Amino acid sequence: MSAPWQKILNKIDDYRWEIPKSYKAGMSVPGLIFASEAMLNHIWQEQVFQQVANVAFLPGIVGYSLAMPDIHWGYGFPIGGVAATKVKDGVVSPGGVGFDINCGVRLLRTNLTEKEVKPKIEQLIAELFVEIPSGLGSTGKIRVNEKELEKVLTKGSYWAVGKGYGEAEDIVATEESGCMKGANPDKVSSKAKKRGIPQLGTLGSGNHFLEVEGVDEIYDPEAAKAMGIGDIGQVLILIHTGSRGFGHEVCSDYIRVLSEATKKYGITLPDRQLACAPVGSPEGQDYLQAMACAANYAWANRQCITHWVRESLMKVFGKSRTELGMQQVYDVAHNIAKIEEYPIDGKKHTLCVHRKGATRAFPAGHPDIPDIYKSIGQPVLIPGDMGRCSYILVGTQTAMKESFGSTCHGAGRVQSRAAAKRSLRGADVVRALAARGIIVKAGSIGSLAEEASEAYKDVTEVVDVAHKAGISHKVARAIPIGVIKG
Amino acid sequence: MEKDFEIIDHTADVGIIAYGADISQAFANAARALFSLITELDSVNEVLHRDIEVTASNQESLLVEWLNELIYLFDVEHILFKRFDITKLNHTQLKARNYGEKVDKSKHKLKIGVKATTYHMLKVDKGNGCQIQVLFDI
Repeated sequence: MSAPWQKILNKIDDYRWEIPKSYKAGMSVPGLIFASEAMLNHIWQEQVFQQVANVAFLPGIVGYSLAMPDIHWGYGFPIGGVAATKVKDGVVSPGGVGFDINCGVRLLRTNLTEKEVKPKIEQLIAELFVEIPSGLGSTGKIRVNEKELEKVLTKGSYWAVGKGYGEAEDIVATEESGCMKGANPDKVSSKAKKRGIPQLGTLGSGNHFLEVEGVDEIYDPEAAKAMGIGDIGQVLILIHTGSRGFGHEVCSDYIRVLSEATKKYGITLPDRQLACAPVGSPEGQDYLQAMACAANYAWANRQCITHWVRESLMKVFGKSRTELGMQQVYDVAHNIAKIEEYPIDGKKHTLCVHRKGATRAFPAGHPDIPDIYKSIGQPVLIPGDMGRCSYILVGTQTAMKESFGSTCHGAGRVQSRAAAKRSLRGADVVRALAARGIIVKAGSIGSLAEEASEAYKDVTEVVDVAHKAGISHKVARAIPIGVIKG
Repeated sequence: MEKDFEIIDHTADVGIIAYGADISQAFANAARALFSLITELDSVNEVLHRDIEVTASNQESLLVEWLNELIYLFDVEHILFKRFDITKLNHTQLKARNYGEKVDKSKHKLKIGVKATTYHMLKVDKGNGCQIQVLFDI
C-alpha cells in the first residue's frame, strides 16, 4: 500500500523529495525535503508539508522552500526550515528565525579522557550545575545596567572576552566572530532589555543543555585533527543555549510590527506567524538590526558559560588551563537570518537566508570560515538527545549549491512534550540514563521526561541523511557522560 | 461549561483551547491555561495584582499581546498569575486586573518555560459559547 505522501511528492533521489508548486496555489517556488523514505512517513503525519508550502509564499523566495532532515512541525516556518529571499525585492520574516534568536551550539575540546573524567563525573556535573545558572526563572551572576547591556548587544563575544570571560581565540572559532554587524540597540524595546539584563550568563530551560561527552567514533581523522580531536574517549563539552528572554521579546515585538507591515505592503500570507516585510523597508531593516542585537546577546551568553565551564574543569581536575586544553572547536547559530551571496542561474545574488532550526554549513575554502578550517570546511555541530549521541560534521560544496550553505541542526522531536510526559516519568529517565553511565542533573526533574530519547528522532538517522545527501560530511561522534538540563 | 481549558498536543510546542460563556471568560481561561503550563495553579495564592492594558488592531492580536504581557511579567518580575479580572474587552482594547504571587521555589513547582505566544493555529471563535485556540512557543 502506498503512503499518502507518495501522491504529493516527486522523488528526486533517495534523499531529495520535491513538493511541486501545484501542491498549494500561491507557492512561488517548489518545496524540497531532504529525508529518507522511512522518515517521510513520520513527516507526513505531522503535515509539515503544509508549512514548507506556506514558506514558499514569501515574496522574493528563490530556489526552494527547504526542509532539512530534522524537519518537524513548528509555528509558521517548520523547524528545520531554510528559506532564501532576494535582498533586492524579497522579504525578511522574524518567524523564519524564531523566538530564540541565535539559539546555537558551542563545542569545546579537552585533553581529558573518559577514563579520567568518569570517576569524577558526579562532582564535575555538580560543580557545573552550581557555576552555570540554569532552569526556569534563573538569573545570572553577571550584573549589567542598560548602558552596559547595549555594549553586549553591539559587541557580542568581544564584550564577554573583554570582561575576562574567555579568550581571543574563542572569537576566531565562532560564526560571525561572535559579533554580527549592524546591531542597533535603539531598535530594541525597553521590555526586551529588561528581560535580557537579569538573564545574561544563564543556560535557560526546555531543550537547552550542557553536556560532557566522550568521542566514540571518528569518521574523518584529518578533519577531526584540525579540530583538536584525535582519540576515541577524548572528552568534549557541548553547550546549547540562545538569547534567552531578550531574543523572545525581540521576536514578539517585531512579529507585531511586521504583522502591520505585511498589510501595509499588500503581502498575502497563509499563516500570520509568517509576518514579513521587504528586506529593504524600514520595518525589515529595523528587525534585522534588532535581531543582530539578540544574536550578539546569545554569543556573549555562550561565551560567559564557556568561561565557567573552563573554571569548573580546572577546579575539579586541579589542572591548569594549558594542561586541560579546552580550546573552542566552534560555535554555530541555528536560528538566524544572514545576508549571504549565492549564484542563481550563473548570476551572483545577495540573499537573506533564514535558518529556522538549521545550521550554516560552509565548505572548505569559503572566505567566512577561520583559517584553521579553510582546508576542511566549517565545523557543523549537531546535538542529539541526552541518551544517544551528538555529531560533528563539516560543510560542503553541495550545501552551497543546493541548500544555501545549510544543513540540519539536531534530532528533531517525534513526540509532543505532553505525550512524552504521559509515557515517562522524569525520575525513571534519570535512573535509566544512570544505568547506562550518563549522569543527569536538571532544574526540574519533571520536565526531564519531555527531553527523553523517546521524544526525539534518532539523530543518527538525521545525520546520515545529511551526509548521504552531501549537504554536510561526518567527522566524529560523541556519547554523553554527564548532562545538565535547564 | 465543564472545562475551562484543555491542553492540545503539538510536537515541538504546546497549544491550548480555552472555553468561556463569553469572550472575556474565554480570554481569562486562556491566561489560566498559560499559567497551568508553567506551574500548578492550585499552589498559587492571590497576594498581589498587576493591571494590564493592551491595544491591538484586532481581537486575535489583542489576545496575543495580552498573553505576551503576562509572559513578560513572569519573566521579569517572576509573578505567577492565577485569576484574571477582565474589566474591558472590545476589538482593539483590553484592560485586566491580574492576581497572583511571586515565584517561591519552596512551594511552586515550575514546569515549563513559555517563550512567547504565536499566531500559528490561532483562533478566536465567538459562536455558541466562546472558544480560543492558541499555540505557545516553549
